[in-house]
Amino acid sequence: MTVTKYKVYFAWDYEKEEAWLNEMSNKGYQLVHVGIFKYVFEVDHSKRYIYRLELLDQLPSHPSSVDYMKFLEETGVECVSTILRWAYFRKEAGENGFELYSDIASRIKHYKRIQLLFIAVTPVNVMSIINMGNIYSRTHSLSALIATILVVIIVLMLATGLYRVSMQIAKLSHDKLFRE
Amino acid sequence: MGEFKERIALTEAVYYILLSLFEPLHGYGIMQNAQSLSHGRVNLAAGTLYGALNTLMEKGYIKALPGESNTRKKEYVITATGKEIVMQEIERLRELVKNGEDVLRRNER
Repeated sequence: MTVTKYKVYFAWDYEKEEAWLNEMSNKGYQLVHVGIFKYVFEVDHSKRYIYRLELLDQLPSHPSSVDYMKFLEETGVECVSTILRWAYFRKEAGENGFELYSDIASRIKHYKRIQLLFIAVTPVNVMSIINMGNIYSRTHSLSALIATILVVIIVLMLATGLYRVSMQIAKLSHDKLFRE
Repeated sequence: MGEFKERIALTEAVYYILLSLFEPLHGYGIMQNAQSLSHGRVNLAAGTLYGALNTLMEKGYIKALPGESNTRKKEYVITATGKEIVMQEIERLRELVKNGEDVLRRNER
């Protein structure tokens, strides 16, 4: 039996998303597929998994991602689903737990990848604000106004995400000064 | 040997990976070996291990063994350069311990 849930998580909240998926697994809902804002769970009370999310360096079909996922598979890690460059991994909960990274340097590298993603999409959104703003000032149409406001909200959220990821990187970089 | 003149400190992960590869091992084998060598203290995470293996191959400290088929797990082994690096690291660690113990002994009274 499967259960579908709809929920909105943003890229900078991927750790909250992980926590939610692990909580669901505890309750017997095992994630098996991810769509846009859509999560499909299989009901299985006999198992408990730890889920981890990762923004891959390349799209999942790219040879380097295929090689990486094959390596993870050999260590008992299963890729449940991918969406764009995001991969949803899981491993059955055991005494050693399950983390993708065990050192600070790899964690920083992953956060930097997310940071770069935010930076890459920012110019497109800023351009959209300018365009929508221009259309509104010429036509005074309500839909142009709503579109402008929407894009402004998206840019503000992106800025928040970028700020949070940058803070994480700064914190880890500081830790790295005296420990591994 | 010029490269070795530069004193480097290995990360704990790299140190245990190199130690594990004195005999050919695949990824999961390295994780298990590092854990047993460290009596359960060192848990190498798969993502960290993957990144470290690629870096170590680029540096020529380890090499991948040619696999017979695609289905077989890829195995890695340490190179002569890698062994040299391990010996240097052990030397460095010995010095660290000695210096630390010297200071402690001097401050005992």
